[in-house]
Amino acid sequence: MTDPVPDADAPVAGAIGRPDALDALGVALSEFAAVLRRSTVEVHAGGAGVGSGVVWHADGLVVTNAHVARADRVTVVSWNGQARDGRLVACDQRRDLAAIVVDAAGGLDPDAFSTASTGTPASLATLRPGDLLVALGNPLGVAGAIALGVVHVVEPGRSGRPRWIRADIRLAPGNSGGPLADARGRVIGINTMIVGGLGIAVPVTTVERFLADAGLRTHTAGSRAA
Amino acid sequence: MAGPSTPASAGILESLSNDLAGAVEHAGQSVVAIHARRRIPASGVLWRPGVIVAANHTIQRDEEITVSFADGTTSPAALAGRDATTDLAVLKVDSATAPVATPADPAAVRVGALVLALGRPGPAVTASLGVISAVGGEWRTWHGGTIDRFVRLDVSIYDGFSGGPLVDAAGRVLGIDTSGLSRGAALAVPTTTVNRVTDQLLRDGRVARGYLGLGMQPVRLPAALTARVGTPNEVGLMIVSAEPGGPGDTAGMLIGDILVAVDGTNVADPAELLALLGPDRIGKPLTARIVRGGEPTTVTITVGERPVAHASRRRR
Repeated sequence: MTDPVPDADAPVAGAIGRPDALDALGVALSEFAAVLRRSTVEVHAGGAGVGSGVVWHADGLVVTNAHVARADRVTVVSWNGQARDGRLVACDQRRDLAAIVVDAAGGLDPDAFSTASTGTPASLATLRPGDLLVALGNPLGVAGAIALGVVHVVEPGRSGRPRWIRADIRLAPGNSGGPLADARGRVIGINTMIVGGLGIAVPVTTVERFLADAGLRTHTAGSRAA
Repeated sequence: MAGPSTPASAGILESLSNDLAGAVEHAGQSVVAIHARRRIPASGVLWRPGVIVAANHTIQRDEEITVSFADGTTSPAALAGRDATTDLAVLKVDSATAPVATPADPAAVRVGALVLALGRPGPAVTASLGVISAVGGEWRTWHGGTIDRFVRLDVSIYDGFSGGPLVDAAGRVLGIDTSGLSRGAALAVPTTTVNRVTDQLLRDGRVARGYLGLGMQPVRLPAALTARVGTPNEVGLMIVSAEPGGPGDTAGMLIGDILVAVDGTNVADPAELLALLGPDRIGKPLTARIVRGGEPTTVTITVGERPVAHASRRRR
């Protein structure tokens, strides 16, 4: 399939303010959502309700919230409806994170389960209040819904590393476990809670530590090996 | 590599994101945290050198107020005055190295304009994004204050955001955000009103208003009564309370009297009466046409000055 990618050399600085700026913004957002949606899955853990997850690796590693993956066996559904069995391989209630490995027997369609582009400690450190954010997920069961917002504040933890990303963004149950991405499309957090109307996300750095603690592949480790 | 590529058009999002974060960084320099209540601090804006504007309803004490600036320094602040009717308060600080806010052109207040609400309900500046959802003309708040333009926001005003600035995408201030003027709905008090009230509070310590010391409530008047009184109004204002020694009480107004006109102007709504009680009326006589025991009569009241409200205890 061909993506309608506009001229990459077109100047973007100062785009806002031109009469066609909103059009361009809308096109950019929908393309942005289309890419992020390929890395976002539904996670069904039996019972009512559905959560979201992020494809962390094309070999079938999916990250979600611990409160979404409440069973050892879950069903993971891609953006285009491909359902796979998933196995809970790590769970951390304190960080509210879980890792699922999707059954890749017969191979995984890389278009359906596309590895998310993830942020780095540096991309978190440069995040400022007011920076645009996009959340993808299944709020109230609506598959692949996008929400636009901004960074409210990046809350530092005791270690100086970010503890939570607080976002001015409209989330709902079902967004849990799904990606929160920056304006460059990098997943910088996992949407986890709604507190006082604010979306609260676990930072990507915490996700990477969780995966490393569990002996699973992290993006930073992967990129070093590459 | 099977991973997704970022579309080239994402540069537009990144550019907008940088503009918005830059606006927060610029405007955030003049946003302060105000410690004048329990629980979380409220927000304020360094409006002029040494002068901070805040939302009146968040200043819950008149003394021992401190202010924290963007650079982390804290300084004591003196309450210069407060005006509950426009929900504005003005504080003075001696030391303020932070830059004062950059005002926007008032014409930039337009429906659909992309705006950010900023607050500092803690050490860090925080932001929310939205649009101006409605703009109207001059309006009167339920406390009787005059606000030059009605500015309703589709922006989340989180806890501690009242008193913070509404800024455009370049970080210029369009007004002061408050959830205290309209049942918690997010409104902005435009800069022209802020400037006018700030001038008055710095000069007089208060915004003077005429005062009758009477509580009243609209009541429907029977047709026979309106014919006898000679008023076209179907509604009058019944006195339900009179402050002892207040202007109305002193003039002999009684609970149960129904006010129908003031100096020949019919009044059917407390807001209409408030509009007739500007600061120029203070100390001057006012002729109240009333119905007492079914009979029309007139009472002359010498308008007093509304007492300054002190620290109120209300939400947010």
